[in-house]
Amino acid sequence: MKKGYLSVLINGLLKENPVFVLVLGTCPTLAMTDSATKAFGMGIAAAIVLICSNMVISALRKIIPDTVRIPCYIVVIAGFVTIVQMAMQAYMPDMYKSLGTYLALIVVNCIILGRAEMFARENGIFRSALDGIGMGLGFTIALLSMATVREILGAGSFFGIAIPFMKNYTIPFFTQAPGGFFVFGCLIAVVNVITKGKAIKKKEFGCEGCPSYAVCHVEKIAKEEQ
Amino acid sequence: MSQLFISASPHIRSKNTTTRVMLDVIIALMPAVVASFLLFGGRSLLLVATSVATAVLAEFLFNLICKKENTLYDLSAVVTGILLALNVPVSLPLWQIAVGSAFAIIAVKGLFGGIGQNFANPAIAARIMMILSFGGTMSVFHYPADTVASATPLAMISGGAERMLPDTLDLFLGRYAGCIGETCSLALILGGVYLLIRKVISWHTPVAFIGTVFVGSFIFSMPPVAEILTGGLLLGAIFMATDYSTTPITKSGKLIFGFGCGLITLLIRKWGSYPEGVSFAILFMNILTPYIEKWTVSKPLGGAKK
Repeated sequence: MKKGYLSVLINGLLKENPVFVLVLGTCPTLAMTDSATKAFGMGIAAAIVLICSNMVISALRKIIPDTVRIPCYIVVIAGFVTIVQMAMQAYMPDMYKSLGTYLALIVVNCIILGRAEMFARENGIFRSALDGIGMGLGFTIALLSMATVREILGAGSFFGIAIPFMKNYTIPFFTQAPGGFFVFGCLIAVVNVITKGKAIKKKEFGCEGCPSYAVCHVEKIAKEEQ
Repeated sequence: MSQLFISASPHIRSKNTTTRVMLDVIIALMPAVVASFLLFGGRSLLLVATSVATAVLAEFLFNLICKKENTLYDLSAVVTGILLALNVPVSLPLWQIAVGSAFAIIAVKGLFGGIGQNFANPAIAARIMMILSFGGTMSVFHYPADTVASATPLAMISGGAERMLPDTLDLFLGRYAGCIGETCSLALILGGVYLLIRKVISWHTPVAFIGTVFVGSFIFSMPPVAEILTGGLLLGAIFMATDYSTTPITKSGKLIFGFGCGLITLLIRKWGSYPEGVSFAILFMNILTPYIEKWTVSKPLGGAKK
């Protein structure tokens, strides 16, 4: 049962939003959302890496031996992260500085590895690209929506521009780590309300709720059969 | 409590409802509120009123939006509002206490399932959120009836200026800089005695808490009397470390809870970066409460050994 191109594209926006529904990539989500500028930069950088790595991994899916696929994926992803990192250092030095380590840490971002594992290794190049675009956009939207709440409430500004009334009534709690967790939880709840909890069914929690259940479970069974 | 348990007789009918308990706590807090008015002037009443009004409104709106049973009548929101207001300096902007109060009710209590389900004392958690957020305005303390900001006794101790401490009578009556409800020890002790007589609280937690700090001060060579009379220790020990839903129910658990609170308070005061540590200590022990309860569960008489 293969889904249409459109549904592959829009899957990542809300229904399978990588951050709010799959709860992947939470480290950059929490660390990079205290300002909208950072969140936007992080989202776009990760999206570019995701699209490229999805395509390459999909193209190589028949060559990469199953047993060493994770190291292969990491090498591909790390290559693209380095390209993005160097490009950003050259053309956007300010953004490069503000993202700091987290730019390099895109290598181990679960979303990218997760999509390679869950999608790109089973689908063609074009579909993988669409999935990358959808998931990348979903990641960016999630980061931006979280950063919007946190920056407006916590710093009284948006994209670094002070908002006249809000700047006198800031609650810095929201730009700090506990505020990040708090907003994250609230937004997950909001997404759950919007999707009426149908995005991931209740019974799917536990081992079956895990996004990589299909892959992991198949291996487990195979191991047990041996 | 929409679900009633059916059990074997005999049953005891008690008039001890949540509302009654909360009303007692409010009565017990009144001396402290009056003292804050006498010491710090009318603005302290304004802070209390704002905090209570926001807490009640937040509770009402939260229950309305979440389609939950309206729990305004149990008065717990009023208690949280008063407690939070007593824990802030007199010069705090009103909108900041409103934010803290709403946070206490919605984030700390409501989101965890309402009264009885919260893992931390709402007033304590909100106060810590306010210390983290409004560090500037939360740490400017005024000497009563004085417009000049001055240091709290604990700040003097940790700053090495112990000789500037007010004398013991002033500490007891609350004539020094601090949060509006924490300075007057006399009023807090009055409230505590009332709660003990009404059997709303038991003596275990406050005595263990205050005793640990008192004895520990000797060991750490800190001024013991000033340590227990200032920094919100009495307010925390009597009114916040005795909260029903966030502290152990067993007697030995209460003693452990009080001892832990006292120990952490001492450690923070001695080596921490904040001069006072009562709220952090209580929050930390709140988190440990389920484990303390599991540890101190009493064996039924004649119960089989494992």
